[in-house]
Amino acid sequence: MIKLMDKWRITNHLLKHSSKLLFDRRLSANSHNSVFRSALECSESLVKRGFGNASTIRYRCFGSEATKFERNAAFSTLNSEDVSYFKELLGEKSVIQDEDVLLAANEDWMRKYRGSSKLLLQPRTTNEVSQILKYCNSRLLAVVPQGGNTGLVGGSVPVFDEVIINMGSMNNLITFDKGSGVLVCEAGCILENLVSFVDDHGFIMPLDLGAKGSCQIGGNVSTNAGGLRLVRYGSLHGNILGLEAVLANGDVIDMLGTLRKDNTGYDLKHLFIGSEGSLGIVTKVSIHTPPKLSSVNLAFLACKDYFSCQKLLREAKRKLGEILSAFEFLDNQSMDLVLTYLEGVRNPFSSSMHNFYVLIETTGSEESYDREKLEAFLLSSMEGGLISDGVIAQDINQASSFWRIREGIAEALMKAGAVYKYDLSLPVEKMYDLVEKMRQRLGETAKVIGYGHLGDGNLHLNISAPRYDDMIFAQIEPYVYEWTSEHRGSISAEHGLGLMKANKIFYSKSPKTVQLMSSIKKLLDPNGILNPYKVLPHSLSSH
Amino acid sequence: MKIMVAIKRVVDYAVKIRVKSDRTGVETNNVKMSMNPFCEIALEEALRIKESGLASEVVAVSMGPAQCVDTLRTGLAMGADRGVHVEAAGQLYPLTVAKILKSLVEVEKPGLIILGKQAIDDDCNQTGQMVAGLLSWPQGTFASKVVLDKEKQLAMVEREVDGGLETLELDLPAVITTDLRLNQPRYATLPNIMKAKSKPIKKYTPQELNVDVKSDLEVIQVTEPPKRKAGVILSSVEELIDKLKNEARVI
Repeated sequence: MIKLMDKWRITNHLLKHSSKLLFDRRLSANSHNSVFRSALECSESLVKRGFGNASTIRYRCFGSEATKFERNAAFSTLNSEDVSYFKELLGEKSVIQDEDVLLAANEDWMRKYRGSSKLLLQPRTTNEVSQILKYCNSRLLAVVPQGGNTGLVGGSVPVFDEVIINMGSMNNLITFDKGSGVLVCEAGCILENLVSFVDDHGFIMPLDLGAKGSCQIGGNVSTNAGGLRLVRYGSLHGNILGLEAVLANGDVIDMLGTLRKDNTGYDLKHLFIGSEGSLGIVTKVSIHTPPKLSSVNLAFLACKDYFSCQKLLREAKRKLGEILSAFEFLDNQSMDLVLTYLEGVRNPFSSSMHNFYVLIETTGSEESYDREKLEAFLLSSMEGGLISDGVIAQDINQASSFWRIREGIAEALMKAGAVYKYDLSLPVEKMYDLVEKMRQRLGETAKVIGYGHLGDGNLHLNISAPRYDDMIFAQIEPYVYEWTSEHRGSISAEHGLGLMKANKIFYSKSPKTVQLMSSIKKLLDPNGILNPYKVLPHSLSSH
Repeated sequence: MKIMVAIKRVVDYAVKIRVKSDRTGVETNNVKMSMNPFCEIALEEALRIKESGLASEVVAVSMGPAQCVDTLRTGLAMGADRGVHVEAAGQLYPLTVAKILKSLVEVEKPGLIILGKQAIDDDCNQTGQMVAGLLSWPQGTFASKVVLDKEKQLAMVEREVDGGLETLELDLPAVITTDLRLNQPRYATLPNIMKAKSKPIKKYTPQELNVDVKSDLEVIQVTEPPKRKAGVILSSVEELIDKLKNEARVI
């Protein structure tokens, strides 16, 4: 126990003092050094990808955040025999070494993390996945399972030269039971496609997030994605009825049940939900979809202070009760950002004098009843001073434009420059205090915005700066994590740990708990080939 | 001057419509209904004219079953002063609607009638023109810009036509139908929704207005268009030539 704490302290020490790290390092072809490139190389690669004026593009490297960790020497390096084996196993089309494709697959959506994998595989069946892993395990080749690559913590891209196993070709719908609403499909199905499919039959997916056009259900499950509807339909732990996963040694674990209740033994599927591909690759998913209810209403409201938002939430849970299906909030600065950087977005209110905005969605089966209930609730809230203004969407188009404001914030942040992104679970009363504290700490150097799933107590704290800067970073970390820990919050509400927070888990979980996680990891993946360097602290994966 | 705006309750623009299994029409049970987007634009234009001081009152008119009142309430929440609901069961075709509007004009005596250029459920694009014909009033259809001159009692209407933009000058009273680019309709704010609850909606039946709703048209059948086949990704030029030759038979 004490040894573990020492290890943690040492790692932490390294983290705090590794700021001068990699700015002068050049990444040589055979280097086994860390993934983060020098400024020049980043700019070069950005120019190559058509980002023109590279000198004004800030390099998106997180030198000071990375540890000085090296590629695990125990892993083998890919050779031509390996490639031939895969080509024979999967066929030429599924073995990709094309530079352009690899360039995209090696980089995450935020353009923050970049690996140097030389090989991308696209299996089409569970058996192919099994054979791939069996081989990689025997050869000690590290792998990264990849879905839609929309993750925000660097969990979906290689850190060094791990082989990328992209699940996009496994996109078949297997069965859909129109009576019970149970959908069984392969892991590579894109969420939006599933939404359209079940919509035709009068059902909806229990999760909804801004990345739905690209993210895949296997990735959603592996990261226990949250999203906008969690307040109504709960997390994936409740909605996933079964799954099929392949372990590191190639064993296929078939837990693809479609039963609502099955208390036979340890419910192992929960291990794979949220473990971010580090315990196995999810190949098939069985998910319970709720019936689509006809009456959806959306209101966009303005509040003068955070306290009103909190109170509104309490009242909404009570007065709207069973029809409440989403409760989101965003501050004035988020609204400004969206209006500035996104096309075709307008503020529902004519004046921009409001401090906070809240989105309330209700879903029910009776249009006029729900409408009356919502209007009555909103009018009384307005009379009570909780809301200073509000609009109700009159048709689906207006509703989409309201959602665009909330869902577009992440995109707007990307366009605004460098962004430091934090996803925290905090007690609702304290949530905005952190945003204000960060504003104090950063002053004029950066813009701090806060928004998120207020209904779930989940804050998305984002700091937007013209460029990545260690001085700014030093003001943010570890303060944010320490503050969160003090208030017994989670340093990662829904985004997961990935690479970004792999060494931060102790802010939210006890050492004994983490030790147990490590034992499970060693049991299911003794060689540590599945998504290495991520999720659990590096100090624990010594081979 | 009073402005009369006709608004229609239709299946929401964003809904994926389905044809009923008996092929008599489109499924409207349990489907979201909203104000026709072009009617929204028409109402928005009327409200802007009123706000600029050139009109004194905006009256929203809707015809159909009892639920039309919901659509009228939305119109009132946007800012219309009064609503008129002509209750009628069954399908109302443009000529019938035009006749009812003519009767209402004799009661309300507006100086301007604004309608959407067409409804998104039947895409007729006839009502505005027919009303103008029945009343012998000038018409400016597909309006993308409207400017009123109160002293000269004129409306300058810029129309979007296939060849470009055409500008007309209409003597008031006149009929204008609105096109997409005329304006961006406002949202219904809570204070206005609250005020709308006390605004009056007058009810009529077609009989009271001396209009016979029997139509000369009868819908025989409604079917879906044939499904579009999915595309195929080919892997070589040889395959493409083979498909063009043997499947599509175009070479």
